[in-house]
This record gives sequence, structure tokens and C-alpha cells, in this order.
Amino acid sequence: MIKQIFVDGLWVKNPALVQLLGLCPLLAVTGSVVNALGLGLATLVVIVGSNIAVSLIRSYVPDTIRLPAFVMIIASLVTCAELLMQAYAFELYQIISLFVSLIVTNCAILGRAEGFARKNTVWLSALDGLFMGIGFLFVLVFLGAMREVLGHGTLFDGMELLLGPAAADLKIVVFEDYTSFIFAILPPGAFIGLGLIIAFKNLVDNQIEERKKRFATKVVAGAKRVRVTNA
Amino acid sequence: MAFVNITSPHVVGHNSVTLMMGKVCLALVPALVALTYFFGWGYVINAVLAVSAAVFFEVIITLLRKRPILFAIKDLSAVTTALLLALAVPPFLPWWATIIGIFFAIVFIKHLFGGLGHNPFNPAMAAYALLLISFPLQMTTTWSIALTETQSLLSFGDTLTAIFKSSNIDSYTGATVLDVYKHNVAALTQNEITQNPIFGSFVANGWEWVSLMYLLGGVFLIWQKVITWHTPVSVLGGLLIMSVLFSYDADTSTSISLHFLAGSTMLGAFFIATDPVSSATSNLGKLYYGVGIGVLIYVFRTWGPNPDGFAFAVLLMNFCAPFIDHYTRPRTYGQDKATRGYKA
Repeated sequence: MIKQIFVDGLWVKNPALVQLLGLCPLLAVTGSVVNALGLGLATLVVIVGSNIAVSLIRSYVPDTIRLPAFVMIIASLVTCAELLMQAYAFELYQIISLFVSLIVTNCAILGRAEGFARKNTVWLSALDGLFMGIGFLFVLVFLGAMREVLGHGTLFDGMELLLGPAAADLKIVVFEDYTSFIFAILPPGAFIGLGLIIAFKNLVDNQIEERKKRFATKVVAGAKRVRVTNA
Repeated sequence: MAFVNITSPHVVGHNSVTLMMGKVCLALVPALVALTYFFGWGYVINAVLAVSAAVFFEVIITLLRKRPILFAIKDLSAVTTALLLALAVPPFLPWWATIIGIFFAIVFIKHLFGGLGHNPFNPAMAAYALLLISFPLQMTTTWSIALTETQSLLSFGDTLTAIFKSSNIDSYTGATVLDVYKHNVAALTQNEITQNPIFGSFVANGWEWVSLMYLLGGVFLIWQKVITWHTPVSVLGGLLIMSVLFSYDADTSTSISLHFLAGSTMLGAFFIATDPVSSATSNLGKLYYGVGIGVLIYVFRTWGPNPDGFAFAVLLMNFCAPFIDHYTRPRTYGQDKATRGYKA
């Protein structure tokens, strides 16, 4: 079960690549790694918290009003995350504040509350939230890195906004004298980038599928065969 | 006695994609000559660069898609796309920008959507829009100043260095006529603006001849039945209506003659809006489609941030083409009325 949750969150049911949920923040803030990482961490905190809370109250909330209750839980957790960001990463908060608030409407979180935490124990729900959040975070950061390298020719620019002044040295200039490729930073670049990542995931899945098929149809030596001739 | 089974169609047309695309390329030649005469070798170099890059990317992507390579190269569609882009972009555009544009046009716009015939957008114009959005500086400062008695042109070798090494050629580059007119019309009258040598003695030094050459090529295409008259006439008609309504006074906005004979109006009307894949298909649909483009060009030129907006106008109408087709289906033979729209 735990292995299943792990694989589902990171690959098979990845919220960004397979469920295609939470696309608004995914497309809007992945212009750089630091923005993506900030939003991904906030989402991770909220999804783990909401899964635990929803799982705790799952037997007390009537079915008819469960959605308002879930949204209330998520909204309070998002407010907590916002306050935390204001306290510890204010400059980053000023850049992505709108999208941190929008985590409330991130369908990936409500989807996990409704689809998993409502029916499972606290421990499993927490794990599910954790791996779903990490799956989302990975895609965010990967897309952010892709767009930052293509758009500005740098990587990890402005990490000090999130990780403190010591992280300022993390900045890597990938291309010197780079003419910025504004298209990659704009929303169309995000759409195309996400499309490419999804295509790559499907390619890998297809390869795995084919390999499985090849092994399945392999005739084992000494196996009995059906006689087909009439002679 | 052996009977040969031949299935329909029994009358085989002599037209093919290769022949159509070849005629389009041929029709572009007069304009390329005029551009080279007035603005220097940049256009020729860009065309060679773009065509070779297009063929290269076409081979790579058809290999990746496991499609027959020769079949894809032979239809000349990549060459046509490359030529159109090379004629639309500024002549001294750095080489890497041209390559990126061609890569985007061939790989992303054409083949990722399924290859020729499946692309919802015109590849050349999508690439132009990408370049204009991504590299606004390179796309606006590398226009060549037209040949005049006082202004010479850059030699072939210097043009090569300008394109491949981005050397400083400030005295040979300048804003386009549409740009100059648009940014001075608020303060100056038509007479004052056209004192600027880039306007020449007639409409716009050089550009009017280039536009007439595009017109010539377009008429050739209509004569050869590669395109029908509907799209170009309605594009120019839409632009005419808008410019008569809003630009009748050349002292306050870009003059009507400039709208028609400068920028990419003629190139767009005859060569880009008529793209058989991304435009509307029925004759009535082509009229709506063209008028839409004509009106949008005026809107983008006058109220938008850029001096020319053909690429955006075409892309927006490409979006609409399937819906236009849906509502303008012609009457089927044997039916009283055409079935259009969402009727049961």
C-alpha cells in the first residue's frame, strides 16, 4: 500500500503530469526555480496538512456538507502558509503572493481530500499528501529550471529570497551573454514546456509497456505447445 | 483475358502539393529580387539560411516521427515556410534568431500538430510572432534602410558578418516606414513626416515596389488557380474599409496608401492568409476570414504597440477558421439548403 502511494504520487497519478490539476499556479509561477520551489513547498505543506485534517474528521462530517468543510480546512491551512511565508520569506511572498492564495482553489488538494483522505487512515493520508505534494513540487521545479535556463540563461537565480543570504552563491550562469528568450518566461512557454514534459513521461511509459509485452510473449524453453497440424 | 481493375477517381488532376508549393515559391521570386535590389543581400542570405535550416529540421523530425523522409521533403512545404519567414523578418536579423524561428515553425507548429495538413496555425507567422515576442530588440533594429542616391547598401561580405557576427551596422539600419509614420503622426503632418528620406518620392522608398512585386506574384497564383481571389480581396477590402473609416486624414493617422504599400500587407494578403491548411476552406468562409484579417491588421497597426501586426492578425483568424468553416458550409449537391451550424 505504501509503495503504491509512493509510485502513484510521484509518477502514475502525478497531479501535474497525469491528473493535470493545479495548472494555474503551475503555469504562472514556474518562470524561475525559486518561485517554483516556493510555491511547491507551500503546496506541499497545505496538501499534507489538509489530508491529515480531512482524514481525522472523516467519520464525523456528513457527506452532504463535506466539500464546504474540506474547503474551510484548506483555506485555513493556506492562510497559515501565507503567514509563514510573510514571516520568513517576505520578498518571495511579494512576488508569488497571488498564487499562494490561489492554492485554496488548487484542485489537486481538494482532489486528494475527496479521493483519498476521506476514505483512508490518518497515516496513509499523510503519506499520500506528502508524495502527491512532492510529485507536484518536482514538476514545478523541473519546469521552472527549464524555463529559467531557456529564458534568462541562469539557474537558481534569487535563491536567497527563499533560503536566506547564504544561498545567493547558488546562482549558476549557464550561458554567458545570453539574449533573454522572453517567450520561455511568458505563459505560452509554460504550456509548451509542460506539454514536452508530459510527452516525455508518456514516452517513458510506452517504453516500459512495450518491454513488459516483449517479456510476456517470450516463449519459455521447454513449454508445451498446442498441436496444430492434422497429420 | 486479364481485366485491369482501376478504382475511382478515374480523372487524375495534374496538380500536386509539390507543384502548388513550387508555384508559390516561384511567385515569391520577383519580390525577393526587389527586396534585394532595394535593401541589400540580407534577404537572400536569410532565405538560403532559412531554407537549409528548414530542410534540416524537417529531416530530423520526420526521422523522429518514423515517417518517410523523402515524401516530407519533396512536397516543398518546408521550403515555402522558410521562404515566407525569411521575407517577413528584417534582413540583418542575427542568424540564430532565424534558426530558432524555423525550428519553432517546422518542429513545433507543423510536426507536433501532426505534419502538413494538420497544423492549425500558419507556421511562418507563428514563428514570426515567436521572434517578435522573444527578441523585440533584434526584430525592430535590424531593418535595412532602402537604397537612395545618398544611401548605399551593405556589401555581400559585410552583410554576412552583420548576420553571423552581429557587427555594428548602425548607419545601414533604421526603423521601417510604418514605424516612423506611427511615432511621428501625433506631432507632425503628413507633409512633414514624408520629408524623411525613407519615404522617397512616392509612397515609401522601395517598399512600394516590393509590394507591387508581391501583388504580381499573387496575381500569378490566382491565374494558376493555386489560390482563389476570395481571401486576398477580402483581406485588402477589410483593410480598405478600416483605413477609409479611421485613416481618411493622413495628418492624424497612417495614410491609406502606406497601409497598402508598406509593411507586409501584400505578402500577407496573397501568400500567408491564403495558406490552404490554416485558412477557412469554403469560398464564403474565405471572405469572412479575409475581412477579419484585414480589420485586425488595421487594429493592431493603429492601436497596438507594434508598427505592424500581420502575424497576430493571421494567427487570431487561424483560431477562428474551423468555426467559420462550420457556419459557412456550402450547399451539397442534391440538397435544397446547406446545413450550417449546430442544427439537428
